[in-house]
Amino acid sequence: MKKLINNVADVVKESIEGLGLAFPELLKVSLQPRYVYRADAPVKGKVAIISGGGSGHEPMHAGFVGYGMLDAACPGEVFTSPTPDQMYEAAKMVHSDKGVLFIVKNYSGDVMNFEMAADMLKSEGIDVENVIIDDDVAVENSLYTQGRRGVGTTVLAEKICGAAAEKGYELKDLVELCRKVNSYGRSMGLALTPCTVPAAGKSTFELAEEEIELGIGIHGEPGRERIKIKSANELTELLAYPIIRDLPFEKGDRVLAFVNSMGGTPDIELFIVYRALHKILEKEGIIIERKLIGRYITSLEMQGVSITLLKLDDELVKLWDAPVRTPALRWGM
Amino acid sequence: MSMEKLITKQHVIDFLMEAQRIIAENKDYLTQLDSAIGDADHGINIDRGFSKIIAQLDGLKEKSIGEILKSCAMILISTVGGASGPLYGTAFLSAANETAGKEVLSVEDLLNVLKSALNGIKARGKATLGEKTMVDAIEPALQAFEKELLDGNRNLTRILEIVVKAAENGAKNTIPLRATKGRASYLGNRSIGHQDPGATSSYLLFKAMYNVAVREG
Repeated sequence: MKKLINNVADVVKESIEGLGLAFPELLKVSLQPRYVYRADAPVKGKVAIISGGGSGHEPMHAGFVGYGMLDAACPGEVFTSPTPDQMYEAAKMVHSDKGVLFIVKNYSGDVMNFEMAADMLKSEGIDVENVIIDDDVAVENSLYTQGRRGVGTTVLAEKICGAAAEKGYELKDLVELCRKVNSYGRSMGLALTPCTVPAAGKSTFELAEEEIELGIGIHGEPGRERIKIKSANELTELLAYPIIRDLPFEKGDRVLAFVNSMGGTPDIELFIVYRALHKILEKEGIIIERKLIGRYITSLEMQGVSITLLKLDDELVKLWDAPVRTPALRWGM
Repeated sequence: MSMEKLITKQHVIDFLMEAQRIIAENKDYLTQLDSAIGDADHGINIDRGFSKIIAQLDGLKEKSIGEILKSCAMILISTVGGASGPLYGTAFLSAANETAGKEVLSVEDLLNVLKSALNGIKARGKATLGEKTMVDAIEPALQAFEKELLDGNRNLTRILEIVVKAAENGAKNTIPLRATKGRASYLGNRSIGHQDPGATSSYLLFKAMYNVAVREG
């Protein structure tokens, strides 16, 4: 294992310390328990939005703390859920009198730890709502499993709900909006290489030189199937069509197209995938109104890509375009 | 007054120490079970939790049974992580609520405390019997407990002997099951043929209870 780390045990701590040193005007860092929060928190008269999950998916979530997005992010160990004391303390630090929205990816550990934190806060009279993101179409038999995993749509939900919170949406309206984003978003990803969790020291799975894993989650867990590598155009089709057919996205639908690097895939390849996706959507009569291309929800250094399509309406477009100022997403201000 | 034995605070403390010992002894075994169908950390995580409880036990000895169990819950919740942290944490929290205000527990009280713990786990994990989880060890164990009481058995050691056997069988019976909850569920049929690590650690906790009862007669 070759990584730019000091001690395996300090990876998460030193990384969020570095984030805090780099963006003091945007955020502050608590080390005990671990959370990253807006420098100007608590923001009066605004619902606080908190997310979190295992580390290793950077910039999600700590890189999305700031104006127009998250009030706080709670990073667990690499690929391990954060514990409820983190969300509890973060919520106490950032909430004003308008309540707290937890945006939670659908992994059993995350769901339970956020629920426990919500119970603890509710017992103190703080209004908290959990919304679960489960947009991964690669999980086919969701009736017999934990259900679909939360992946790319999480980033879009955090941006859109963050903007709505700035505009003064009440907690119950934010819950409804977040559920709408989740119900309109679908994702799927693939891996060209596995990744290495620092504490494990070896790859999470093995792939032969010619193989790729189709339908991966974001923790290096196995996907739908293992296939021989194909051209970028063919691989993009293998991701795009399951997504399109699932919602389904139909002729005339307006979408946000999100092409995301799993960490190790460079922009030069991402734009080849975007080009292929653009052509597919054009052929299907689906209108790309907004796009996001880059490294936003990752699996450490994994090479691979995920595609997310989010069906848009006027409300979602307006909220997507609203100003945002975080380490990883910034426009309009 | 019958000769029936009551459970005191000292028994609870002894149980926590025995639980830590038995979990530490089986740490590698639990982790090995977890590497087959999970993320290979169950033994490590739960051992970290119980070791932390023991490290803080001196500060808890003056508290009531309910307060001790609540502190254990908080320690497990904040140190174990993953899914087993909130599940065992909730179990201890539910147990703490059930014992609130009590200085000693009768055998019926113990059954009620354990039932609360089970209900807490089922509510938190949204799991039912047969999904290859902790519930598969705990529920049959408590059914056996209840049956013994209905049959008029008031001997705690003998009750727990039967309870442990039922929990052990429950854990073993998870082997042919297909997981439908937790990370193992993504493996689908590939989860069949492996014993569930959570059910196994739950069985070990019943074993710790039994060991304390045997030792203290």
